[in-house]
Amino acid sequence: MNTLSVNLRAALVSCLILIFFLGAWQLSTQGPAIGAATKVGATAEEIEYQKMMGKDPGASKSTGFPPPVEVGKAILKQLSNPFYDNGPNDKGIGIQLAHSLGRVGLGFLLAVMVALPLGFLIGMSPLMHKAIDPFIQVLKPISPLAWMPLALYTLKDSSVSGIFVIFICSVWPMLINTAFGVASVKREWLNVANTLEVKPLRKAFLVILPAAAPTIVTGMRISMGIAWLVIVAAEMLVGGTGIGYFVWNEWNNLSLVNVIFAVLMIGVVGMLLDMAFAKLQKEVTYVE
Amino acid sequence: MLNEQQATPKALGQAGFLKIEKLGKAYHADKPVFADVSFTVARGEFVCIIGHSGCGKTTILNVLAGLDTASVGHAFMDGREIAGPSLERGVVFQSHALMPWLTVRQNIAFAVQSKWPEWKAPQISTHVEKHVEMVGLLPAIDKKPSQLSGGMKQRVGIARAFAIQPKMLLLDEPFGALDALTRGTIQDELMGIVRQTQQTVFMITHDVDEAILLSDRILLMSNGNEHKGHYVPGGLAEVVVNPLPKDRTRAQLHHLPGYYEMRNHIVDFLVSRAKAH
Repeated sequence: MNTLSVNLRAALVSCLILIFFLGAWQLSTQGPAIGAATKVGATAEEIEYQKMMGKDPGASKSTGFPPPVEVGKAILKQLSNPFYDNGPNDKGIGIQLAHSLGRVGLGFLLAVMVALPLGFLIGMSPLMHKAIDPFIQVLKPISPLAWMPLALYTLKDSSVSGIFVIFICSVWPMLINTAFGVASVKREWLNVANTLEVKPLRKAFLVILPAAAPTIVTGMRISMGIAWLVIVAAEMLVGGTGIGYFVWNEWNNLSLVNVIFAVLMIGVVGMLLDMAFAKLQKEVTYVE
Repeated sequence: MLNEQQATPKALGQAGFLKIEKLGKAYHADKPVFADVSFTVARGEFVCIIGHSGCGKTTILNVLAGLDTASVGHAFMDGREIAGPSLERGVVFQSHALMPWLTVRQNIAFAVQSKWPEWKAPQISTHVEKHVEMVGLLPAIDKKPSQLSGGMKQRVGIARAFAIQPKMLLLDEPFGALDALTRGTIQDELMGIVRQTQQTVFMITHDVDEAILLSDRILLMSNGNEHKGHYVPGGLAEVVVNPLPKDRTRAQLHHLPGYYEMRNHIVDFLVSRAKAH
């Protein structure tokens, strides 16, 4: 056993946990036979009577919750054709995810465009830091969904409102981290830039930005995590398209199989987004 | 205005390339750290400044670099008052201050590009390589600072300062964090380059032997202190002219006549007079 690497052993344990979980799921969705209590030598009339009462001795009771095999079949079916479009209430998972990712991407991009310059300003000027800080402190703890009614009223478009909600929830971690990263750039690097008479813009892009990049990207990673959490809730609220709407729609269809599938997809996509930012973080991190 | 700042033609010559007049710095108006510091540095001269911590050496160097401002007094270089940092003065920082996300090549190229923005890539590359070779780091040119030893990092800092071909080099205790062996090697390298380029240098050090080996003159600074109920600010206590031959080397330094007298004099100053009473 010691000859196996830690990675391999960890993978093995992961597989065991998964198998145990699936097994437990399967067992818990297999209800006990309802007719088990009926005495063995029942006459045909008695059985007929019990069937009419909804207590078919041959049938097993369904908990309503789909077993893993059924979900597995649904996943295969959905993934085999992810981009079909049969009207507003029946679109493939790929299309729904694309809508959600589009909204998250747009809102996130807008947040970057606001948070980076503003963060630079706050980080470089103690005066602006003190002046803007109260606003950040009040606005930051507001649940992004609380903005939804105001967004719907003023923007008059559910999709744009979704983008706005993503923007407002992504902007704070990025803003705070950018300001912090910029403010804690080492004095000595700025001194080097100053003695070399580096112009302000060149200094911002070639000294301050790379120096603060690890902190900034950490802020982006946190923002993206929050954005992906919020988009599902926002889309459940406004409806129309997107993975959040898909979940809500399948709940209304009482298709738990599809709900479970969608929940899994949300997890997988969220993980991929996080991995992308982890990679970016690794790229910009430097060792002193 | 500019004419007023021009030093007299006589002073502009060899004697007054760098001119410091009645410099003082006070964080509390009644207790200046140092006051009335005046000295000159001639073109091609190597001047060291020695003093205990807190006497204001680094402040003086930062004023010369344009990174700090004095409370009173003026500093002139080449007949113009020093106001803000300039590419005409290269600075080697105590902590080497290399950008850790750039390689050795990129660190020096950043400085070269700042000095000559119109230069094309091949020209920059040649210039960078020339200066990296000067400090013997060509094999490590594409490494990041984190992959280098402390001595190598400081060499890169020196190469970066020389690469912009400044009129004056300011060194803030550049070898303070190095072990004795590395320190000796880099001192020799620095001495070689300075003698070859006729560079004007102003350097802070804590090491008496280093000062005697490298410099033509040594400025001794005293700390501010209370004397008979009066506060006496720190300042320039004495200037020691190095009488040893110009071509001295580290190996024969302690055999030279006059070496021990000079060394004892400076050590005595540091022990008994620098922090007087």
